[in-house]
Amino acid sequence: MPRKKILPLPGGSEWSFESIEAYDEAIGRIVRNYGLECYPHQLEIISTEQMMDAYASIGMPVYYHHWSFGKQFLATESRYKRGQMGLAYEIVINSDPCIAYLMEENTLPMQALVIAHAAYGHNSFFKGNHLFRQWTSANAIIDYLVFARNFIAECEERHGQEAVERLLDACHALMNLGVDRYKRAPKLSLVREQARQREREDYLQAQVNELWRTLPPQPGKDGGSDEKRFPKEPEENVLYFIEKNAPLLEPWQREVIRIVRKIAQYFHPQRQTQVMNEGWATFWHYTLLNTLYDEGRVSDGFMFEFLQSHTNVVYQPPYNSKWYSSINPYALGFNMWRDLRRICEAPAAEDREWFPEIAGSDWRATFNFAMQNFKDESFVAQYLSPRLMREFRFFTVVDDDASPKLRVGPIHDDQGYQVLRQRLSDQYNLGSREPNIQVWNMDTRGDRALTLRYFSYQRRPLHGDFTDVLDHVAYLWGFPVKLEEQTPAGEVNRLGERRP
Amino acid sequence: MIRIVDRRFDSKNKSSVNRGRFIRRFKNQIKKAVADTIDRSGIRDLAEGKRIGIPGRDIAEPQFSTGQGGVREQVLPGNDRFNTGETFDRPSGQNGGRGSKASPDGEGLDDFVFTLTRDEFLEIFFEELALPNLLKRHLASITEFKRVRAGYSQSGVPTNINLIRTMRGAAGRRIAVGAPQQSRMLELEAELARLLLACGEGDPEVKRVRQEITRLRARISAVPFIDSFDLRYNNHVRIAQPTTQAVMFCLMDISGSMDEQKKNIAKRFFTLLYLFLNRSYEHIDVVFIRHHTVAEEVDEENFFHSRETGGTVVSSALKLMRKVIDQRYASGLWNIYGAQASDGDNWLEDSALCYELLHAQILGLTQFFAYIEIAEDTPQNLWEEYERVQSANPGVFAMRRIKTVTDIYPVFHELFKKRV
Repeated sequence: MPRKKILPLPGGSEWSFESIEAYDEAIGRIVRNYGLECYPHQLEIISTEQMMDAYASIGMPVYYHHWSFGKQFLATESRYKRGQMGLAYEIVINSDPCIAYLMEENTLPMQALVIAHAAYGHNSFFKGNHLFRQWTSANAIIDYLVFARNFIAECEERHGQEAVERLLDACHALMNLGVDRYKRAPKLSLVREQARQREREDYLQAQVNELWRTLPPQPGKDGGSDEKRFPKEPEENVLYFIEKNAPLLEPWQREVIRIVRKIAQYFHPQRQTQVMNEGWATFWHYTLLNTLYDEGRVSDGFMFEFLQSHTNVVYQPPYNSKWYSSINPYALGFNMWRDLRRICEAPAAEDREWFPEIAGSDWRATFNFAMQNFKDESFVAQYLSPRLMREFRFFTVVDDDASPKLRVGPIHDDQGYQVLRQRLSDQYNLGSREPNIQVWNMDTRGDRALTLRYFSYQRRPLHGDFTDVLDHVAYLWGFPVKLEEQTPAGEVNRLGERRP
Repeated sequence: MIRIVDRRFDSKNKSSVNRGRFIRRFKNQIKKAVADTIDRSGIRDLAEGKRIGIPGRDIAEPQFSTGQGGVREQVLPGNDRFNTGETFDRPSGQNGGRGSKASPDGEGLDDFVFTLTRDEFLEIFFEELALPNLLKRHLASITEFKRVRAGYSQSGVPTNINLIRTMRGAAGRRIAVGAPQQSRMLELEAELARLLLACGEGDPEVKRVRQEITRLRARISAVPFIDSFDLRYNNHVRIAQPTTQAVMFCLMDISGSMDEQKKNIAKRFFTLLYLFLNRSYEHIDVVFIRHHTVAEEVDEENFFHSRETGGTVVSSALKLMRKVIDQRYASGLWNIYGAQASDGDNWLEDSALCYELLHAQILGLTQFFAYIEIAEDTPQNLWEEYERVQSANPGVFAMRRIKTVTDIYPVFHELFKKRV
């Protein structure tokens, strides 16, 4: 095959549209050689201020208005101006086409890094990973956000900004309890959304009325026994339950709840795949830019600048460092993907024992399988190798408030690997990171009170400000709201009650 | 092909709506923080944007989360000494740095700290305040005019000829006037060529055509290259320019009885006035006049940080003020404000003179004159004379007594309250 003559890419630190295009094309070619599948993408050049804007609205180009985003913006701006934080040099939006932002202040090597990291790395993860495929519709999200913003603006006009703001405050408080973890979400679409919104209003209201009418209040009776509970099974999606069943909400309020819920659902996969996703993008920018270097298309200076920021990103301070805050998802993810490639390409005896099915396999095939079918929790449980546990020098600490001292659990040794890996995997399980609170009952015959139940785990108590959240729930529900705690042993304690 | 979109120039300030909402929602907390900030800052640096902090708990967005306690198992990196089964004491430093310790610049660490722009800052601070008589004087003082371009005219002086417009018009005219001849010319030339081919030179038809061509040429060249009719002149009009400049006189007693604390109070008051005027005027001059028995004009540094001994003659400062107005600010283009701070001591015979000076010579020129007396004991004769000034000049002169720093803001508020 005749080799095309390879020209060096533009050097220097100043970028131009032509040089960005040249880099994008060069990186894209390598991406195709590696067989990475991506959505088409679009690069957008933005200013620092616009980057802070994007920060404030969780990276989305369109979002409804709310004071909390203003707070976010002010906080970011203040920290940035004080030099306490650099802005992340990339934000990428899971949409089709995938949108990646490039900040105008970045140097050319940084722009190349962002293109490789976001426009190709994250992009291919969004397209391949099952969670994103199942739960988000990349082609409709921007349209949906436009719909949401317009709808909420319209509500503000009709019902007053204050009422809408109050409602959004309450919804935001329950945002994390507004996702379906197991059920499949229907796809979003702007046209259908608008067409159906009115229909849904009428239908929903009818449903709610029905529910409350067929069960007329009977003051003498206590409706608390287990057989007559509604819902029959505890409902994990509290916002959904309120949207469908709260007695007093107006149709537009139900729609706003739905919007918050939908957006929470959209972001849910990102929260479940942080290590994998960031690791994947970091692995690819590292691999792609190194390939460029090996082909002789970029200079040593370019590589120095790139490696300097790359090593900053993947640095993991040890537990006793003053820089330590938690396990760096970039570091863990990047090293796991690298390690996975090593296991495929040059497995040691240990790896053959631990990973018989992938040791020595084709790394691209193994990568695709892992990227498509896992989330952080299962990815760690499946692929974290003993070698990496040793490299990170992982150890577990058991903090039991019933005992006066801390105890060291499994560490990076032969006896420890299995359990240690399981512990780390648990750490990425959203179910164990966030309190498990579900709708337990609504009193359809008595005072219409709603009962939420906190299923506690390992004797962990709820944080003290739960009453503030209960106030928000009571506002949405319109009637008293009770919160109970159920221990694994089945004991039930009353935690609190709030009235609207 | 890759799409690169340059977004740098569109939708700036996308967050300004959200930012505005945030500020409106926490108005009360922000107001308090703004007042605190004013107390801590110097006179001119307040005109910039300001960092302020409001209590973090007020703006928290609560969510269910787990609290301290129970059993927790955590995986940590960087093991340097531990073996399975070992036990050790809880590190005591945990969460130690999180208390609500105040940082050096007065912000609690738990505070939510952010920067207000200068406009937002002043807007909040001076909410519900208005300059007395601003509107009336403002309209009355339209005396300055500015020349601005206003299109083109057909008459004017030669220096104002607009060449491009003129030449463009001339070219258009030449084309329009010459067009019939030009097209006739083309026809004739074509005919001439045809005749030359058919009949050759010497034919009478050829001669006729040649003659006609010559005639046409003459007519075309008779169209003037430029006509007086084509001339266009740049046009200017004079428009009234409302004056947006002000001068603020700060008068302060620095005699022995004015101690640092009293001067500090005065400084705050001057600061407030300066900021307040800053909102209404583009340009502000500040004149500092200090006095004991004689008055002198000084710079800001000397104004606030010098102390003399001896008696007090207030009228000396008023005389100097009048003199400075006459020398520098007499044009009528200036909105003049006066602020005087004193502890009320004055040489007995001088107070009546002060009344005369203010009433007859100064108040007629100023928009507003505010007098604050920083004293705890009973008012002296200067106060009494000034009360006469006030009753004789309602709306232009105001006076208040201040005891402590905390009185300043209420007093200021009262002085400049919007009168509906």
